[in-house]
Order: sequence, then structure tokens, then C-alpha cells
Amino acid sequence: MSLDIINEKGVPLDRQTFTWKELAGPPFSKLDDDAFTRVRVILMNGIESEALRFSHACARMNGDLQATLARIRRIEQHQQTLVNWLLPADQSALETTIGFEQVAIEVTASVAQNEPDPYLAQVYRFGMLEDFDHLYRYAALMDRVEGRDANNILQCYTDIRPGRPTSVEHRAPADDLRNPYDRASAGVVSKLNALTITAGEHQTHDYYMTVGPTFADPIARQLYAEIASIEEQHVTQYESLIDPTETWLEKWLLHELCEVYNYWSCLSQEPNPRLKQVWDRFLAYELGHLHAVADLMKNVERRDPAELLPTTLPAPIHYESQRDFVTKVLSDEVGLRANGTQIVPADKEGQQSIEARRILNAEGSPSEIIAEGYRWTPGTELDHRFELLEQGRMM
Amino acid sequence: MTQPEDGTRNRTGIHTAKDAKQAIQGAAEGTPDSARTVEPRRLTEVRGELVREAGSLGTVPRPVTLKGTVKATIQTIKGHSPAVLVDLLAARLAFERTGTRLYDALLIKHEAAHIPPGGPGRDDLELIRDQELRHMGLLSRCLETLGADPTAVTPAADVGGVAGAGLVAVVADPRVTFTQALDAMVIAELADNDAWVTLADLADRLGMDEMAADFREALVEEEDHLARVRAWLNAAITAQAGLSPSPQPPPPEAHKPIS
Repeated sequence: MSLDIINEKGVPLDRQTFTWKELAGPPFSKLDDDAFTRVRVILMNGIESEALRFSHACARMNGDLQATLARIRRIEQHQQTLVNWLLPADQSALETTIGFEQVAIEVTASVAQNEPDPYLAQVYRFGMLEDFDHLYRYAALMDRVEGRDANNILQCYTDIRPGRPTSVEHRAPADDLRNPYDRASAGVVSKLNALTITAGEHQTHDYYMTVGPTFADPIARQLYAEIASIEEQHVTQYESLIDPTETWLEKWLLHELCEVYNYWSCLSQEPNPRLKQVWDRFLAYELGHLHAVADLMKNVERRDPAELLPTTLPAPIHYESQRDFVTKVLSDEVGLRANGTQIVPADKEGQQSIEARRILNAEGSPSEIIAEGYRWTPGTELDHRFELLEQGRMM
Repeated sequence: MTQPEDGTRNRTGIHTAKDAKQAIQGAAEGTPDSARTVEPRRLTEVRGELVREAGSLGTVPRPVTLKGTVKATIQTIKGHSPAVLVDLLAARLAFERTGTRLYDALLIKHEAAHIPPGGPGRDDLELIRDQELRHMGLLSRCLETLGADPTAVTPAADVGGVAGAGLVAVVADPRVTFTQALDAMVIAELADNDAWVTLADLADRLGMDEMAADFREALVEEEDHLARVRAWLNAAITAQAGLSPSPQPPPPEAHKPIS
């Protein structure tokens, strides 16, 4: 399914309207919908959240753009609401967390494979193995505190097993910065990848910071604190991939293009007909935003937006299990660490990061404590405990 | 939807996933038998340490007034802790407030539901709802008698609110059927029954005879709520399963409201 983003003008801004009933419409089914439907909803909430975040930052630095920014931002906020309110009320904060980590693993794995720049691809693989470990820790938490099976959410698309241990992911800030792509020479796919993953990780950080204190269990509270800290590192890492010399309007145009690209990716693979309509509608809305910003670029910067926009969109994000790729990366790269902007073998890691995590882990590591000897089992670890009890092998 | 559907769409179980074998294998490779345990000792130790170190949820507020009648009431329970009674009264009060709202929500579901023979009429639900409201009024008056503030949240009321949050989430969800909501109401009524027994016994032992008598009367109504909600749930499940009604006594007649 190709899309001609130059000639498809989408829906004009003045026809992009909502009612409260639409914004808070019926959610998807936690039980019956495909896990990748949840993955798309979570990611698109993150993409819209980033649209708002960028728009506010841009408005604070560009008085002449404020009116258009405010107009488009209002629509984006309503889009985000409609998307985020697709999450069902029977999905707990911890279940949504499992969904967030599935997004971070499966989407980042797809992006890593779509990324033509080897350095950027390595950064995505590096971050992906860390989120892979977070999933394992949260699954252990869900099982050991609530007696619930994380795979009810994951639906066997994503393995629950250790990645790069969360306890060694804590680094000195300087070791989280990476080299940016070059705005002049990078392909558009590299720009879209960086924006997409930054958006996803940023909302993950914000979500954990919001729901972390709502947990009663003290280890759950510590684990959310620990993993939120790493999500902040990930935001630092991924946003540093974006060329900081892009102009504000260039960044805005790329944000709108990123939204077009992501809704288009969702639309191409969504089996739920009602959600497919949402993705279709918002793709048309984003095309409207893209062209509004393109016109602004012509008028304000006297610059042709066509020099930034591709004639065809890159291959879509693949919403399917990336198990084989993830398993190979796990096998080859779990031992890697970061030193400055470089991904290095463990023995080349800088002393600053080692010292930073020594301090943080000094009173114990929640991610280690919760997952001590944990192996995911269908129906929860308690099935295995029951077997041991029956065999008289429990203490 | 008014009852559970058989379907092929549910994707949560291991047997509907085509990649189940790989998922199980991956988990086993990630945590080999030599490293596996279902008794994480450090987790138990640390949770224990944190329980010992933890503070409390908060305190029971002191009486806000010490007028003559309050002094006389407090005098009755002198030598014992009035705070315990205040805490339990406030917990019941909070629960009855939420209970009233739960029946409000149940009435809305009732409108949209197909009610089988043996199920409640609207007036049945309204009667219980109004009895919960009267219990609320009774408890509020009792707290004032003790000089306590019926608008304050005490620790027991707070715990009850946390425990009851799931019940509200069930009954408020428009996708939850009337029968599924009745299931939650059985939990609410069971907890409510036990709590009224405790409250009446405590009031008795503290020499608060008038309060104890009122609480016993409320308890009779709560027992009636539980019996009726149980019977309605049973009737609904029996009808959904396509069975003839259970040979059990019909739902009891409603108890006359307390004044």
C-alpha cells in the first residue's frame, strides 16, 4: 500500500473535529484483540504525546509560529485522547506496562532492521535488549505479587527471559549520549526511526513516573523507580540521535511526517475494523497537518519542503513477532556496554558508569530481587510451585 | 452482551498462540534449571524488612466537639479506646456511601439487562439502595454522637475504599453485564454483613446499647440484602446455563426499612 504524501492533501484543519463521545469511545478488548492492536495503540499514544511535547517547546521559542502550533496542537491533543482512551478499563497499570515493554521490544526490533545506518541500528539493538530485560522483571513482578501471567498480554509474540540485566543498565549521563544522524545526508527512514523510538520511550518514562507511586507493594514501587530511571536514559540516548541543527520548522515537518508514517504503518496491518477506521481517519488528519506545515515552511523559511519529504514512505514498521531477530541480538550483544557515544564490550566500559550504578545498587537492586531465579511458565510460576508441592519438594 | 459468549477470539491462553512452543523454550533457555527457583528468598526478606520499616496510613481524628452529650457518651466507654469505634463507624459510613452508588450503577445496568425469572425488579434494587442510604445516615449520626467528624477519612475507611475500588470498577464498566455486576455485589454484601456484626458486637461490649440495637437492626437488613443478591445471581447463572431454576427458597421478602 503506497501513499503519495505530496499529492494526498488529507483533511483540511477546519474539518478535523471531535465530540466527547468520540474521544472516549469504546475500548479494544483485552481478551479478544490481537496483542499488536494494543502495541499500536500504545505507540500511537506516544507519537501524539511527542507531537504535543514538541509543539509546546517550539511555541516557547518561536512567537511567530504560536498561532498555527496552537491550532494543530489542539487537534493532536484530541487525537491522543481518542487513541489513549482505546485502552480498556479492565487492563491494569501493570498489564499496560507489559504492553509498553512489548512495544519497546517489537517496534525497536523492527526499526533496528529497517535502519540503513549501522551505527544507528546498533544503538537500537542496544536499547532493545535493555527493554527486553525490563519485560522479564515486570513479568516476575506480576507473577510474584499478583499471581498473574504476563503472557495473557503478550500472547506468545515476545519471550519472557532475561536480557541485559537491568541492574547493569544504569550509566553515567555522558555514556547515554550518542552521535546524531546528519540532517543533510541521512535518509528519511533514519529520521523517522529516531523520532518514533524517542516518542515511544518518552511516553514510557512518563507513564512509569505516573503509575509507579500507585503501586502498594514496596518492591513494585522500587522497580518502577529503577526502570523509569533507565527509560529516562533511553530518552537521552534516542533524542541525541536527532540532528540538533535542524531548524524548528524542519523538526516540525518531520514530526508531522512521522505521524503520517506511523498511522500509515498501523493502517496497513490492523485487523480490528473499528481501529482501522481510527488509523485511516488520523492518517488523513496528519496529511492535513503535514501540508499546513509545508506551506508554513514555504512562507516563513522560503524553502521548498519537497527537499525534506520522500516521494514514497519507507517500509512500514512490521507489527509481528521479531523473536528470531531478538534472540540473535540477545545471543550476540547482551554483553555490550556504552562508553561515551560508543557501544563497547563490557571490559571497555567507563569507570563513571560503573561507579554510578554501584551507588544506585548499594542498598539492593529491585530488578534482581523481584526476578531471583524466575522462569516464566504458562499460567504463572505457581503451576511449577504446585508441582513441587505435590511432589513434596517445597520447603 | 448479556451473558458470556463462546468464541474463538479470546487470545489470552497458551493454547491459542501459534508461537507457544517457542515462548516456553525461550523462557527455559533464559532461566536454566540450575538457576531456577520458586522461592525467591531475597524478595521475602526485603519485603519483610520494608513491612517492619513502614509507617502507617494515618490516624483517627480526635473528637471535634466535647459538648455535654458527647462527654456523657464518651464517659460510657471510658477505659476503652473510642478511636477504635470511631474508626469502624467511619469505615462503615464510607462503605455505605459507596454501596449506595454501587446500587445506583446497578439500576442503570438493570434497565439494559434481560432479567430472568427469579431476578430483581427495579423496586427491589431501589429498596436496597435506599436502605444503604439510611444506614449511611445512621452511621453519620452515631459519629456525631461521639463528637467525631463524619466527613473525615479514618484509616479503616481508607482501607475499605482501596478494597472496594475494584467493586466500583466492575460495576461502573458498561461492558460488564448485570450478572457479572451481581457477582461483585455479593462480595460487597458479604463484607458488609461481617462488618456490621463486628460493629454491633463492639458497640455492645462498650456499653453503647442504643447504637448496638440500631446496628443489629441494620444487620438484619444487610443479611436480607446478601440473601437476595445471592438468589438473583444464582437465578441468572442458572438461566444462562440453560438449566431449570435451582430447588432453593425464593428470594426473601424485603425487610421493613429502619426509620
